[in-house]
Amino acid sequence: MIPAKFEYRRAGSVDEAIGWLREDPDDAKLLAGGHSLLPLMKLRLATPGVLVDVGRIDGLSYVRDAGDHVAIGALTRHRDLETSEVARAHAPLLARVAAQIGDPQVRHRGTIGGSLAHGDPASDLPAAALAYGATFVAQGPNGTRQIPADEFFLGFLETALQPDEMLTEIRVPKSGGASAFQKFNRRAQDWAIVGVAAVLDGTPRVALVNMGPTPVRARAVEEALASGASAVDAAAHAADGLEPPSDVHASSEYRRHLATVLVRRALEEASAARG
Amino acid sequence: MSATVTERAGGGARGVVGTRMLRREDPALLSGEAQFVHDLSVPGALHLSVVRSPHAHARVLEVDLSAARECPGVVAAFSGRDLLGEWAAPMPCAWPVTADMQTPTHYPVALDEACYVGDAVAVVLAESAAQAQDAAASVSVSYEVLPAAVDLADAASDRVLAHDASETNRAYIWELAPDAAAVERAFAEAAVTVSERYVQQRLIPAAMEPRGVCVVPQPFGGDFTVYSSTQIPHILRTMLGITAGVPEGRLRVVAPSVGGGFGSKLNVYAEELLCLALARRMRRPVRWTEERSEAAQATIQGRGQIQQIELAADAEGHVQAVRVHLVADMGAYLQLVTPGIPILGAFLYHGVYDVPAYSFTCTGVFTNKTPTDAYRGAGRPEATYAIERAMDALARRIGVDPAEVRRRNFIAKDKFPYASSGGLLFDSGDYDAALAGALELADYEGLRAEQAQRRAQGSAKLLGIGLSSYVEMCGLAPSRVLASLNYAAGGWEAATVRMLPTGKVQVVSGSSPHGQGHETSWSMIVADKLGVSPEDVDVLHSDTAVSPFGLDTYGSRSLSVGGTAIAMAADRVVDKARLLAAHRLEVAPEDLDLEAGTFSVRGTPSRAVALGELAFAAFTAHDLPDGMEPNLEAQATYDPENFTFPFGTHVAVVEIDSDTGRVDLVRYVAVDDCGNQVNPLIVEGQVHGGIAQGVAQAMWEEAAYDEAGNILTTSFADYLVPAASELPSFTLGHTVTPSPSNPLGVKGIGEAGTIASTPAVVNAVVDALAHLGVHSMEMPVTPERVWRAVDAARRTPTGGTS
Ligand SMILES: Cc1cc2nc3c(=O)[nH]c(=O)nc-3n(C[C@H](O)[C@H](O)[C@H](O)COP(=O)(O)OP(=O)(O)OC[C@H]3O[C@@H](n4cnc5c(N)ncnc54)[C@H](O)[C@@H]3O)c2cc1C
Repeated sequence: MIPAKFEYRRAGSVDEAIGWLREDPDDAKLLAGGHSLLPLMKLRLATPGVLVDVGRIDGLSYVRDAGDHVAIGALTRHRDLETSEVARAHAPLLARVAAQIGDPQVRHRGTIGGSLAHGDPASDLPAAALAYGATFVAQGPNGTRQIPADEFFLGFLETALQPDEMLTEIRVPKSGGASAFQKFNRRAQDWAIVGVAAVLDGTPRVALVNMGPTPVRARAVEEALASGASAVDAAAHAADGLEPPSDVHASSEYRRHLATVLVRRALEEASAARG
Repeated sequence: MSATVTERAGGGARGVVGTRMLRREDPALLSGEAQFVHDLSVPGALHLSVVRSPHAHARVLEVDLSAARECPGVVAAFSGRDLLGEWAAPMPCAWPVTADMQTPTHYPVALDEACYVGDAVAVVLAESAAQAQDAAASVSVSYEVLPAAVDLADAASDRVLAHDASETNRAYIWELAPDAAAVERAFAEAAVTVSERYVQQRLIPAAMEPRGVCVVPQPFGGDFTVYSSTQIPHILRTMLGITAGVPEGRLRVVAPSVGGGFGSKLNVYAEELLCLALARRMRRPVRWTEERSEAAQATIQGRGQIQQIELAADAEGHVQAVRVHLVADMGAYLQLVTPGIPILGAFLYHGVYDVPAYSFTCTGVFTNKTPTDAYRGAGRPEATYAIERAMDALARRIGVDPAEVRRRNFIAKDKFPYASSGGLLFDSGDYDAALAGALELADYEGLRAEQAQRRAQGSAKLLGIGLSSYVEMCGLAPSRVLASLNYAAGGWEAATVRMLPTGKVQVVSGSSPHGQGHETSWSMIVADKLGVSPEDVDVLHSDTAVSPFGLDTYGSRSLSVGGTAIAMAADRVVDKARLLAAHRLEVAPEDLDLEAGTFSVRGTPSRAVALGELAFAAFTAHDLPDGMEPNLEAQATYDPENFTFPFGTHVAVVEIDSDTGRVDLVRYVAVDDCGNQVNPLIVEGQVHGGIAQGVAQAMWEEAAYDEAGNILTTSFADYLVPAASELPSFTLGHTVTPSPSNPLGVKGIGEAGTIASTPAVVNAVVDALAHLGVHSMEMPVTPERVWRAVDAARRTPTGGTS
């Protein structure tokens, strides 16, 4: 529970943070809410030499109506997302998902940027971002670039971010209410054993939590829906092509089964919300 | 029906006993001001870090400490061999249950063979905890990995040996068969037999405060003060003295605030011995605080049994005999009372039922896993689980309601004291009343009707109702009984009550609380005895310098044994004060009445003297009766003649999502009888926590190991301790059947909730699924297990087997 030795630096701006990342690309890590990174450090599963604290950079915590999309600052805490009027009106799935992350302490510390950048397949917000077809804004030494959510999650805890890049904003196309989130866990504060985020505005998009090495879209379900399948029939394809993990909480086989049940429920809930 | 929430139970007419007084312990705990071992500021202390084996079974070939010794802040580093000279004896096991029990030699740091993941192989001492941990990472140990005995049934076969040099994994075979022929006869003649196999998974005790130790050498003379997060400062002092070779009188053991133990701190641990021996060797204070993940390996675990239980019954379901075979997982070594834990349940596998013939056998087996030992209920939850699940199986077999099968078999109210076929004398009970009360509070009829309706409608939400009627033996323990069980100590408890010159009262208790509220309860008992306000009663405990004699806290013993000692000491103070009052008022002692702290002459109430005045008079000693010693103080040591036998019935109601297998506990009713209640608020608190902990075994908790013997559940993300959000509001009721075993008429309540609740929940789950053909279910009842059971039953349309 005592992390290995590290140097702590508090960044006053994104540029300063990126500058430090650049100096030490192999050994420096950004620290936002700390609720994914610090547990790993305490178990000495992560041993960064330099910790660059971006948690106090001004101006990166917001949920704004930006016309055709909602813009969310990377340092926005889960709790602020959960209670944001803008999110509730135009990206309601995100607000609902944020409300089910961990417990109140976690939600008051953890940030959306940290949750996405961590790239944990068991996390909830990445699936919601995939289901919304969000775009991520990353800033690096050479300026900013935009990364579509579909191209962001590359492998287990691995994203398209470069070691000297920082996620600054998440852009979510505005959406009505036709969405649903199904989270299956054994205790209220736990990570999902399996989770499903479904958005039925326009082309149906369905994304899954904890069904493989990355947050992942349920492509087979989406295709079935596109060709007119019912919720029940489409849901039967929930685990097609996926190899979910086996761990102390559930076997791979059970996760595959759960995915079909939860996708069906999510689709039914989302279409009920569409009215 | 007497099963209502009692505002006053068993209290005196005007006293505080029986009232819901708030716990005096809580302000310090809630405000964070209570001091735990880790909070103690000890200048100059060295920090201990323990290097642990990553292998379940391995030969330790070489321990290279050179790199660690070079690390910043490191003062010393030792292997097991380096420390061998520190020990006067190996680590203690106080309960050799049989004469031929196999006891593997167990040192605080392993010498040549590591026998579980977490077994200590080296230690590092540094100026800070961080430095000690950094250095521990650079200790290099070379191992020859050996095959490990991990699975309990496999270990019992001796296919792989847990200790390389031994010939068998068997620690002992312990038998209780007062009339084996009667058991055989009953089975031969039975109209119905039931044979069930259950597995008690291992549990991690998960006290809120992990363990911690700090040993401070005192200047000159070789004395040590040992601060430890322990339930047993007195037993620990004796055992530390014997094992580390320190004269017992040189040791003072203090348990400051202790954040729960649940039996896991009823032990003598390697780290306690290490801190003492290293403080002696280094002549500096040495401290260690356990980490949460470390606790999953280094602190004992609970349960760990394979249970085979058979019932022989007549056609109406009257049980004629119970036969039990246990295989009990000892883990890698015998800790303080490891072998005796299953034996604490040995007498109770026939539960609350009047069963004429009974036999029990337990085989203790070593595995390459963390040692097991006492965990809330210790042996009795396992017994209750087996009999209560088997009674449900019997009910299904003969086609009667589970409540009815219980009623038919209860030990009748008029049979108490009841000599059981296991050889105990059950003190008092009214099992029917508790069952009736629980069924009424739960609206059992209504629940059954709803269940029938849901089944008729083919609802996807399956409703299950589970009962558990229990009796336990607690108030550990009559010393003579302990002798017959070959336990190394007695079971008495000591207390002192003294009045200070100002009339304030000090109570010294030998039992050692760690969350139970002893200070509140003891002050209430003494306040009523002396007629003073509870605020005027201070309670001292958990420090061997303050309370030199005691046998500490476990086995729901504190009130029935320790509380009785306190009541006896208070009575002695009153007796002495009465003599002094008689002397001063110039009357015979028998002519005095004591009320509200004042002695007055019967018939002439104006002639009176207050206890406070008497205390001052006894202190000045200017005018005492001839031969009376100064001061009002009395000591008492109480050795119970019998255990106490709390009982009750719990009802669990679950709802199962048949698509996912998810189980929700939707209602929970408990009617418990712990005899007279000193403080119903504390009783309810104990019941609440106990239920939560027992439900946790049924539904969430399991110390899971992989095939190589690595523990997988080392954090609270994987070891699922439920929170309030997972549990319904409990409905509690009580019946009050005083115990004739002690003058307070009390029985224990610390473990009852844990004992009763586990089978109630699993019975409810099986009840919800039985119509589908599902009759067996292992713990924890995970959604995946339920889904698999339902899925399998659906595939065999004829219905599963039991
Ligand atoms: C008890 C507990 C329960 C939890 N339960 C859930 C749950 O149910 N569902 C769920 O989804 N999550 C859960 N979490 C995780 C929580 O949501 C984390 O807060 C979140 O995953 C990470 O956010 P953070 O701000 O804390 O990131 P940090 O821990 O600070 O950082 C995580 C990683 O992201 C990097 N990083 C952080 N910010 C940026 C950025 N702006 N740009 C680039 N890289 C960045 C860091 O360098 C680090 O590698 C839980 C956490 C805990 C402790």
